[in-house]
Amino acid sequence: MTEPSTFILILDGLLTGAGVTVVVTLVSLFLSVSLGFGLALVRQFGKRRALHALIDVYCEIMRNIPALTHLFILYFGLASIGFRLSSIAAAILGLGLIGGAVTCDLFRAGFAALPKGQAEAALAVGFTPAQTILDILTPQAMRIALPSLGNYAVQLLKDTSIVSAIAAPEIMFYARSLVTSSFQSTLIYTMVAVLYLALALPLMQAIRVLETRYGKLKA
Amino acid sequence: MIRFIQPYIDHAGEWFPLLLEAMGKTALLSVSAFALSLVFGLLLALCRNTRWRALERGVAVYVTAARGVPLLAILFLLYFGLPGIGVTFDAFTAAILGLALAFAAQVAELFRAGLMAIPAGQREAALAVGFTPYQSFTLIVLPQVVRISIAPLIVTFVSLLKDSSLASLITVDELLLTGRAMATEYFLPLQIYVAVGVCYFLIAWPFSLLSKRLAPSAAR
Amino acid sequence: MNPLLSVTGLTKSYGPVEVLRGIDFDVAAGEKIALIGPSGSGKSTCLRCLNFLEKPSAGEIHLDGERIGVRLDRPMNDRQLAPQRAEMGMVFQLFNLWPHLSVTENVAIAARKVRGLSAREARELALDMLAKVHMTHRADASPLELSGGQQQRVAIARALAQKPKLMLFDEPTSALDPELVHEVLKVMEELAAEGRTMLIVTHEIAFARDIADRVLFLDGGRIVEQGPARELILSPREPRTQAFLRQIRH
Repeated sequence: MTEPSTFILILDGLLTGAGVTVVVTLVSLFLSVSLGFGLALVRQFGKRRALHALIDVYCEIMRNIPALTHLFILYFGLASIGFRLSSIAAAILGLGLIGGAVTCDLFRAGFAALPKGQAEAALAVGFTPAQTILDILTPQAMRIALPSLGNYAVQLLKDTSIVSAIAAPEIMFYARSLVTSSFQSTLIYTMVAVLYLALALPLMQAIRVLETRYGKLKA
Repeated sequence: MIRFIQPYIDHAGEWFPLLLEAMGKTALLSVSAFALSLVFGLLLALCRNTRWRALERGVAVYVTAARGVPLLAILFLLYFGLPGIGVTFDAFTAAILGLALAFAAQVAELFRAGLMAIPAGQREAALAVGFTPYQSFTLIVLPQVVRISIAPLIVTFVSLLKDSSLASLITVDELLLTGRAMATEYFLPLQIYVAVGVCYFLIAWPFSLLSKRLAPSAAR
Repeated sequence: MNPLLSVTGLTKSYGPVEVLRGIDFDVAAGEKIALIGPSGSGKSTCLRCLNFLEKPSAGEIHLDGERIGVRLDRPMNDRQLAPQRAEMGMVFQLFNLWPHLSVTENVAIAARKVRGLSAREARELALDMLAKVHMTHRADASPLELSGGQQQRVAIARALAQKPKLMLFDEPTSALDPELVHEVLKVMEELAAEGRTMLIVTHEIAFARDIADRVLFLDGGRIVEQGPARELILSPREPRTQAFLRQIRH
């Protein structure tokens, strides 16, 4: 059986990684949602067709290529032509850019689900298009998109495990180095799974709470 | 720009066949894993509807765990972790098993959603004209569930295809691993990984388009 | 006297389909006009062209002497149209209340954001308007909790809160269950008695007969007949008008 001291050592290492996992998740989430919302607004309400096509191409590329490949391009690929990104920067940028495409589609679906009459009533009463989008359409579209956004957030947490492959010091990264130094592979990888679950469950619970509070809305 | 493109022209002869073969390996990996995840997922969905509380609970726990544990952690556990207690899988098997276990939960949820989408009235009408519950299920409900599920299943397949790239991290010979080997050999990571990206895109994109054509709302 | 609203040569086509083929009419201040006609006759499209929710293909619309929707010979975009639209109140067939806002907020928000009233002023105004439509008892409810008739009355209050010169009603009772129609018509009656200028697209012929000053009968994108309400409805002159009214009776 494992000595308690080894166990503590392993736990300590994994928890250090967990801190980075949480930070990367939160920053990438923020980046994704901001980017995705901006893209959705332009795609949904902008007038220039060329921009629409550009955004569509961006989303298709981001969503049909594995995240790991995107990360390798950002971390190894750019380094080879002189743009050296730190592993955490590459991780956040990579996950954020992909997430932007994902959330863009989510928000667009939210806007698309709103009946045309909502915007018409706003315009009819004298709102400008900007006011209509801000005060009338966005609050409702957000509520519709919330469950999908929640799913995306949980997925993002899991996806941070991938960044260990570009040497970002999160949970999986620590796990691998701990395994080489302590040979406790079964224990460590089991603890990794439990640790991720421990992070994911509160997130899933929080999402459920948000959904019940804001979700009960059909336009 | 030219500096970026030049290596492609120089090495097309060597890279093209390598990448093509690797695409085949990734396709094999993905299709096998997907087939297995369909089987597992179907089993899970059926277990959900039993009257055994314990089984229902077990499935719920499994689905939550699959939702909360990253695929990479599952793969590592299967390939690096289990040998510690005497269970050894070769990389390819571990990859297929891991992918299937992770995606079975998604597939099961997919089938459940499909099932719930059929109004109860359909089943009632079937029973009313004299069908047995079994006939009502196989002749009326199941065909509709299958039809509804195709587009979401394609979307799930594309996800699985992308996640198969993680198998490279447990030494499975597939597209991304080939890319890594090439990048080390030729010292051109940017061009090679972009080429790898294009390869994945070429496999995945037709399926994405297909799912959008079949059901515009399924391509969430 | 100059008319409050003047419409000349209003034409609207969707590609090859001509929905409005040259509509001309005037509305004097305080007049109530009913637009009736079969489905597809263009009556809703005509109404929606007035506040440019549909952009006319040709023709001119003037409200209180000001040209609507066009500035210096160039069509206005939605942002430029906003102040003009605020002068016309529109009530929609599907109510279109905003479900994420309370009843009072639905009524107050435009007064606050478009006309710049303070939060307190806007809220007081909203409650006054809700009192007009007899909905103050549900002031803090969510629109989702209201019946169709209640929602439509709140929608009327919302339109009134902008103090418009003209009220436009696009089939206001067509989406209501029969027993809820009366409460909305009653509110419209009361508004009419106040001397408001109202343009109403409706299938409620009896209502049009009793409340409207003038009726316009549209068919195939043209005004086939127009005249004093009781006269047109009780003894229409044109054969098409007669045919339409006969169908409605049954």
